[in-house]
Amino acid sequence: MNVFNIVIAGVGGQGVLMASKVLAESALASGMDVKQNEVHGMAQRGGSVISFVRIGDKVYSPVVMPGSADILISFEPLEALRYVHYLKPGGMLVYNKGTINPSTVASGLATYPADVEEQISRACGGAHGIDALAIAQQAGNAKAVNMVMVGSVLKKLPIDAQVVEGVVSALSKDKGVEVNLKALRGGGAAA
Amino acid sequence: MKEILSGNEAIARGAFEAGVKVASAYPGTPSTEILETIVNYKEIDASWAPNEKVAVEVAIGASFGGGRAIACMKHVGVNVAADPLFTLSYTGVGGGFVLVVADDPEMHSSQDEQDSRNYAKFAKVPMLEPADSQECKDFTRIAFELSEQFDAPVMLRSCTRISHGKSIVELAEPVTGLPTPKLVKNPSKLVMLPGNAKIRHPFVEERLVKLAEYGASATLNRVEMRDTEIGIITAGVSYQYVREVLPTASVLKLGMVHPLPMALIKEFAAKVKKLYVVEELDPFIEEQVKAAGIAVIGKEIISRCGELTPGRLRKAFGLPDASQTTVEKLPGRPPNMCPGCPHRGVFYSLSQLKAYVTGDIGCYTLGFMPPLNAMDTCVCMGASISSASGIVRVLSPEEKKKVVAVIGDSTFLHTGINSLMEMAYNQSPATVVILDNRITAMTGRQDNPASGWTLSGGETNAVDLVQLCKAVGIRHVRVVDPLNLEETRAALNEEMERPEPSVIITNRPCVLVKREGVFNKGLLLSVDQDHCTGCKACLKIGCPAIEWQPAPDGKKGKAYIDPLLCNGCDVCRQLCKFNAIGSAK
Repeated sequence: MNVFNIVIAGVGGQGVLMASKVLAESALASGMDVKQNEVHGMAQRGGSVISFVRIGDKVYSPVVMPGSADILISFEPLEALRYVHYLKPGGMLVYNKGTINPSTVASGLATYPADVEEQISRACGGAHGIDALAIAQQAGNAKAVNMVMVGSVLKKLPIDAQVVEGVVSALSKDKGVEVNLKALRGGGAAA
Repeated sequence: MKEILSGNEAIARGAFEAGVKVASAYPGTPSTEILETIVNYKEIDASWAPNEKVAVEVAIGASFGGGRAIACMKHVGVNVAADPLFTLSYTGVGGGFVLVVADDPEMHSSQDEQDSRNYAKFAKVPMLEPADSQECKDFTRIAFELSEQFDAPVMLRSCTRISHGKSIVELAEPVTGLPTPKLVKNPSKLVMLPGNAKIRHPFVEERLVKLAEYGASATLNRVEMRDTEIGIITAGVSYQYVREVLPTASVLKLGMVHPLPMALIKEFAAKVKKLYVVEELDPFIEEQVKAAGIAVIGKEIISRCGELTPGRLRKAFGLPDASQTTVEKLPGRPPNMCPGCPHRGVFYSLSQLKAYVTGDIGCYTLGFMPPLNAMDTCVCMGASISSASGIVRVLSPEEKKKVVAVIGDSTFLHTGINSLMEMAYNQSPATVVILDNRITAMTGRQDNPASGWTLSGGETNAVDLVQLCKAVGIRHVRVVDPLNLEETRAALNEEMERPEPSVIITNRPCVLVKREGVFNKGLLLSVDQDHCTGCKACLKIGCPAIEWQPAPDGKKGKAYIDPLLCNGCDVCRQLCKFNAIGSAK
């Protein structure tokens, strides 16, 4: 199997790294090679976060090359736009419609592009936005947005959905198992 | 058993499998997680040191006592630790000694992108460079064996993409049968007086020759013959990019990057038509290969700046770029101090007082960012105080008053204490603010000698910063509440006016400290939309919880406080002249 490239983008604190971990562990559990990489020095302080998960028979580079991602999952619309150049032609983009103002916007020094969704559509024809927060809340925890986002691309991954559910269960604590599985399935239904 | 591990976790596992007894480090991105993982192996005595020099010396002691020891740091940490490292090269080791250094090409979280391979050459010690997590683990283990076999400290070099990158690792059982540590007197080897050092230096030179011979035959260095049109010498993460971008090229993959196995390199060069070196940062391998009279292409096509990526490597070899979508310019999303961060009010006050702020390394370096714009210099750990001490010596009496050094608790104990001693000793009339938030925050909340806790979670002595400052000779030391703007500003004003050295210590903890009872949220604040006049005074502190909401149809906008983000620090309320900010109902 050729290497399958996933890029996950978002804002520090949204759970991008946990989503990456779920995908990487699922690849390992499926007997595939996997590499995951991110730069997280500044992640906790509201900065932009980007993470790469590469899955295949044999993976070399730990980073995804711009123009070569099979899937871009973005937890925030502006971040989708920021990293859309990672997608290969015909690549899939799923984004969470909930916006988070960067500090530059919050303090009135810059403006959030009002037409962000139109811009996303222009950059990637088949882009699909979902209301991940509502689905996560329905599942029982607003913080499960990351599981909703993983769920939203599940059908397109070269990994069995059952395996991903198993990994999510193993990584969740007590009550979290049910919430996270609900969020995962909710994301799948919204895709 | 197979596990997905980051490079840092794999190095920690390697240390465990190698039977390491003592691990010491000072946190620094991207190396921090090595010790944070090692501490989970109960067999290892793992601890934070106040700085990298101390960490290396703690590990040296353990090694001299016969135990295997590891010290870990980021690239700039080796600058601090260079002194003991260079002498350890002469003394050699007792138990195996490994210094792990994590470089940060591209400066994701650093002030420079120095190439630590130069230290291995400079200190005349062997250096291994892993290319993925499996090699991180395996090479760590091998590094201890080499250290004992060749009586040398061994450096293990990682980089951000290796340290923070995760890949699959096959675990192994730890070694058994290592000798029990005990005191062995050997002063002619371990007391580096000139007479003894003169005997050790030739040993060091001979050791390098033997290591190069070893490298030519060792499995650490691997020849992969494919198409012979192109041959590439590479190491570390660059190897992965080479395999990705140039899958048919023949490769000499170096696991030991110092000393170079020149015999092997010559052999490889003879087998290929065109030879390249693909390496990040400095032409470290390239220059030595060229000096050996071998024709090779390197930095002619690959930049000395930044990290290598598959895209950049494609470009270097003239391969077409993958097609990419372009979008118009987007607002950036820079990191910011947290909502309720105790540093914010201090920087706001310094900005209001038009201070000239000599800064330091930590979260508070973000005081540089707009809208605070309250930092004028930042050089290295500890330099805030000493450079303030120096700058006042060339200024007029009026300008002297403007100089304020700002440093965090952990950075102060790292090297700032030496600087403060200098300032007290030579009576430099600058003001120092120690932003004591009880934690090493920037690297992810590690404990330090002033926090009262150890790496393994044990309660311990906490340095009394007030007494410490007084003990080095600062007569004016005061503690302020940085969330009280009036108090903070008055204290700053008074100390800046004082023609003597003085220290202000702030007393609020980092909002991210999870230990119970350290940080307590204040009362949640909200903006009374009827009273808000849209003056934007509260936006001047750049708090992520405060949002500007532009009004439609040309009316004045208003401020809004996000209840999910507000930590109730109360600083914005003190800025509002219209009493529009108050406790949320």
